[in-house]
Amino acid sequence: MNPHLRASGSAYFLTKVSKKIERHTLSVLVDNEPGILARIAGLFSARGYNIESLTVSETEHEKGLSRITVVTIASAKTLRQIKLQLERLIPVHKVHDLTAEGNPLERELALVKVAGKGENRVETLRLAEAFRAQVVDASTTSFVFEITGKSSKIAQFISLMVPLGLVEVVRTGLSAISRGPDGM
Amino acid sequence: MSQKLTGAEMVIEALKDNGVEHIFGYPGGAILPIYDALFQQDSLEHILVRHEQGATHMAEGYARSTGKVGVVLVTSGPGATNAVTGLTDALLDSIPLVCITGQVPTPLIGSDAFQECDTVGITRNCTKHNYLVKNINDLARIIHEAFYIASSGRPGPVVIDIPKDVQFALGEYVKPSIQIQHQSYTPRIEGDLSAIEEAVDLMLKAKKPVFYTGGGIINSGPRASELLRELVELSGFPVTSTLMGLGAFPASSNNWLGMLGMHGTYEANMAMHDCDLMLNIGARFDDRITGRIDGFSPNSTKVHVDIDPSSINKIVDADLAIIGDCEHVLEEMVRIWRSKTNAPRAEAIKPWLEKIEEWKSIKSLRYENSEIIIKPQFAIQRLADAVKDHDVYITTEVGQHQMWAAQYFPFEKPNRFMTSGGLGTMGYGLPAAVGVQVAHRDATVIDIAGEASVQMTMQEFSTAVQFKLPIKIFILNNEYMGMVRQWQELLHGSRFAHSYSESLPDFVKLAEAMGGKGVRCEDPAKLDAAIAEMLDYDGPVLFDCRVERLENCLPMIPSGKAHNEMILPDTADIANIIDEEGKKLV
Repeated sequence: MNPHLRASGSAYFLTKVSKKIERHTLSVLVDNEPGILARIAGLFSARGYNIESLTVSETEHEKGLSRITVVTIASAKTLRQIKLQLERLIPVHKVHDLTAEGNPLERELALVKVAGKGENRVETLRLAEAFRAQVVDASTTSFVFEITGKSSKIAQFISLMVPLGLVEVVRTGLSAISRGPDGM
Repeated sequence: MSQKLTGAEMVIEALKDNGVEHIFGYPGGAILPIYDALFQQDSLEHILVRHEQGATHMAEGYARSTGKVGVVLVTSGPGATNAVTGLTDALLDSIPLVCITGQVPTPLIGSDAFQECDTVGITRNCTKHNYLVKNINDLARIIHEAFYIASSGRPGPVVIDIPKDVQFALGEYVKPSIQIQHQSYTPRIEGDLSAIEEAVDLMLKAKKPVFYTGGGIINSGPRASELLRELVELSGFPVTSTLMGLGAFPASSNNWLGMLGMHGTYEANMAMHDCDLMLNIGARFDDRITGRIDGFSPNSTKVHVDIDPSSINKIVDADLAIIGDCEHVLEEMVRIWRSKTNAPRAEAIKPWLEKIEEWKSIKSLRYENSEIIIKPQFAIQRLADAVKDHDVYITTEVGQHQMWAAQYFPFEKPNRFMTSGGLGTMGYGLPAAVGVQVAHRDATVIDIAGEASVQMTMQEFSTAVQFKLPIKIFILNNEYMGMVRQWQELLHGSRFAHSYSESLPDFVKLAEAMGGKGVRCEDPAKLDAAIAEMLDYDGPVLFDCRVERLENCLPMIPSGKAHNEMILPDTADIANIIDEEGKKLV
């Protein structure tokens, strides 16, 4: 082997890049136009990023703007890339990493259907009260609760409903906003 | 000015207002109204292609050789899907294209109508942006915006999908505004001045600096190349370039190191590995460039100039990032350098330049010539010599011949080398040459090709004949998909699975059948005369240059290795160099 082909030691003393995975909530301000959700979702799938949760709705009708809240799990380096790649999309106005900017307010809404009779119904209602879940539909054999709060609180309520006759759940996914007086 | 136009007429008006002179396209049902409008005017020339992929590569060649936006016009369904390869190619190489696709009438969208496809869905991830125009009153604004988006910032392809009913509909045409203001798209042109000053300070302190330049300089315009030359003259620093950046700096300069990367020169790669200051101007740390990332230039301070913020820290972390257009950043660098010193750094970096001379003396591009058989490297050198006084533009296909062209053809000016770098699209070069020739009728336009690649878009030779475009297709015919064969030799025990070009056409007869000229040469002694015969012919030529079949493209950084672990031409056994980890890479 030629002497110059021998690997120099230098390459192997480099420290490995930290691959610590973090969960971040991004808020994305976009034009509310056809295909925008596909653009965002397509970017995540094409580049191998994770979507843990994604919500979208128009927030400023006169300006035709929507806010997308997306929760992703990635390394710090990938998180920076996700933000920059999102900003590269033409209809994207702003991207804020709410988690990086501080401790954002995060809320989710769930509708939880529970069916049961007798003592289970009483226990169900008692727990619902403790979790401040509202009854939005009731029959002699079932309830539908509306619960809002942090995702962890909703998850806990749902797990408590399992033995009491949980039928099904729908969740909105996370909505998030920064604290304090400043807007995005 | 309140005269109403049809959508189709608006397309023509908008193209004219955006400075378009040539369109590459193919008609079909859903685009007929625009073709009808095209028929009734004289200012736009339409080049009829043989396949829509050809149209996209022609537009790429046209755009890359002129700096203008290339325009493609195709029909719905297969017209649009055939254009996808070229659009993706343009996206990866940052080439400005506007591709107008016909679509089935609005009421039929989603009904699986004849020749319907979800064009905006399919092209969403292979364009910089795309539009479906549902309302005639949006059409003019969208076309103007498409040209702005395609050509500004980091350039790229934009698709405008126009349903047939919108092409017939009447509406008000609006002219493009002088200064387009986009709500959410605001590319940053001017680099941060304090960062540029910091970069110059680093340059003034560096002992082992190197410029690593890329396609961004060429996209930025000819002025950026001039400024690079000026900055190199001021500083005396050595320069290497990516495949896409070739020509931004003249190969005849003493500061030139040759291309870097997987098939770059030894001196370029060693300089990158050992430098203490890397100045990346308009390149993106592509994997063909970096080789093994954790062994990439371990001891250097890295300055990265890029117009696309997402390029920064994507692959390699930059110590100093400057987001902006190369021309602006280089201009400021030159200005600040001049304000700080009059003396070049040649003396201070002398040991470094001497080290580089040592690396150069290894002559990593040497090859053993033959008197019996034409060596591909020799063929390119003879070709380069034959056209050295021509106004010459080179395109390539993809593979060994492409790398040999990059290694052995000396590029002196920007916008002269058209090649598919990012996507690596075999079949790019012939149509790209057609596009270049459309823009430069009197220039010598040569596609350095391989016999496998060229067959992918061979039919566009017929386009060249039709439009009297005297392109020269210089085929290095080794009867193999050469790069595939080389990798099979490197990685797969020389089991050449399906990489032999069986049943090759007789290229001379093929050229004649299509109305061009064919030339064949297999004797090194007759090569110069044969090249002269090709160049003298006033029309398209297919040149079948029979070359050494098993020649490998070297030097090479094997996959999974770092810059300082190159295979040089005298390495006898290349089959056992790549380890198991490297074999999994591309």
